[in-house]
Amino acid sequence: MTDMTAPPAAITQPSRLSRAIAALRRLPLAVELASAWLLAMFVIAALAHVLAPYEISEIDLMSRLVPPGSPGHWLGTDELGRDVLSRLLVSIRSSLLIAALATILSATIGTVLGFLAAQRRGVFEHAILMFVDFQAALPFIIMALAVSAFVGASVPVLVGLMAFYGWERYARLARGLALSAMGKGYAGAVMQLGASPMRVFMRHILPNVSATLVVTMTLSFSEVILAESGLSFLGLGVQLPDSSLGNMIGFGRDYLTTAPWIMLAPAAVITLTSLSVSILGDWLRDRLDPSVS
Amino acid sequence: MSPIIEANNVSRTYAGHGGLFRPKSYVRAVEDVSLSVEQGETLAVIGESGSGKSTLGQVLLGLAPASAGDVRFRDAALSPAGSRQWREQRAEMQLIYQDPLAALDPRLTIAEQIREPLDIHQIGTPEERAQRVDEVARDVGLQPVHLSRRPHELSGGQRQRAVIARAMASKPVLLVCDEPVSALDVSIQAQVINTFRRLQRMSGVAMVFISHDLKVVRNIAHRVAVMYLGRIVEEAPADVIFANPQHPYTKALVSSVPIPGKPLGDRVILQGEPPNPAARPSGCAFHPRCPVAVAQCRTSVPELHSNAEHRRVACHLVAEVRGAAA
Repeated sequence: MTDMTAPPAAITQPSRLSRAIAALRRLPLAVELASAWLLAMFVIAALAHVLAPYEISEIDLMSRLVPPGSPGHWLGTDELGRDVLSRLLVSIRSSLLIAALATILSATIGTVLGFLAAQRRGVFEHAILMFVDFQAALPFIIMALAVSAFVGASVPVLVGLMAFYGWERYARLARGLALSAMGKGYAGAVMQLGASPMRVFMRHILPNVSATLVVTMTLSFSEVILAESGLSFLGLGVQLPDSSLGNMIGFGRDYLTTAPWIMLAPAAVITLTSLSVSILGDWLRDRLDPSVS
Repeated sequence: MSPIIEANNVSRTYAGHGGLFRPKSYVRAVEDVSLSVEQGETLAVIGESGSGKSTLGQVLLGLAPASAGDVRFRDAALSPAGSRQWREQRAEMQLIYQDPLAALDPRLTIAEQIREPLDIHQIGTPEERAQRVDEVARDVGLQPVHLSRRPHELSGGQRQRAVIARAMASKPVLLVCDEPVSALDVSIQAQVINTFRRLQRMSGVAMVFISHDLKVVRNIAHRVAVMYLGRIVEEAPADVIFANPQHPYTKALVSSVPIPGKPLGDRVILQGEPPNPAARPSGCAFHPRCPVAVAQCRTSVPELHSNAEHRRVACHLVAEVRGAAA
């Protein structure tokens, strides 16, 4: 019999809060460290200008290339006597800002186009899929070079470029997930109930596929940080006097043998941040997969 | 009384994938099917997999357009799928799925999902909708505790009840059930079938009940239509078709249903497998497997003839017998 009365709800369904706390206790150490690191990065990004002990362009020619650990300059100074710690904090802010904006933008564009392709089908879908393939085949650095050369590099241009870099992944994913939900599944059932396409996508498909999309976002977030660093290293990214992690490395490479700290500090931040985001994304993917839980 | 749903010579053809050097193949999933269902009546559509019974259900609901012929719902033609009128019409005609877990949104509670058609069609005030959810959940045999659960927290039978409750929430006049119990345990099947019967008694909904299982159909159908490769080969009131099947295919199906306490002695066992719908045999599609086929069956397609006891049969031999008797 299926209609037996269920056991008391208190046993089967602990409150959401206590479940969340229990889940937090079971976190693997790597995930805890990664989350702590990312949290620290976001706090730094938010408060960079308050935390930084010096102005980033403040030149002190009396104390050039001071090694790390010196009083007043924990991470040393660069060739113009600028405080590496201050520059690092502000760089984290600009790099994270660009990466976050670009990731959100590309996820939004990609998801909307993917859903539209799934809903409209026909010529529209073919056109979007063609763009997706075109985008996937385009060498990103070459395109970025061309755009920076003609438009000039600024933060909005960089964000746009980065967003353009990642959207096709979301488009493919969103289309595939929507199609499978519409084929035999819940979305098809709701359409059959007479729901408008808007309702089907916003109320049913989006909440159900958001887990997958969020995981993809975390994974591509670290790629965007790396791509931005690469562009800035090549001199196509954030321009002086602003500072980003990539262009700190770019300028620090001339002093790699004499003053490695100029380059190592931002390099370490990039590595640890992308690693943390990847660890977190991996863990999220396992957690949010309904077949596991 | 005019029928709720009526199909006149409906066909549905799917275009198969053609290759670069290969012409497109066409699969006639449903061919020249006519039927009608009245209020409070259940028509069972029986057939093997690939017989086109699910496609017929889709065409009746307007989910898939008919390639030829027309479907009339309450004496009006169906609007094209996806249009506003089509969407509004969904409140009156509903589909029950084979797999209830796939048909329910994994993230919403059962109450939210049963309420969905009321929200979509803006039926009643919020209080009335909540009241209707409780009412219809009780009608299908769901406990109040189930309403706050999510689909994966329910058993298969409870999920199917939830799907039925969602379909009935907007008080439809037509219900198409596509293999609604074939994913359930036998003991649960009987309960769900009884739920359908009770709902029909209470609401007078017309039902098209698609199944491959004669045992299931026996308990619910008023009339039975047997499909073979997209065509109806025999249609008759349920008691008539079970007591006295005339088409050789129906005879084989009926004889395969075990009757408790009776050995399966005179069982008709069909030879071979159902042929590929893309490569339909000539003449009567059933002739390669038919134990009594004659030369005529290979060349000409038998028409669906009506006779006195509200029975329609498509078989040359049955038609001959009928002709000889008349």
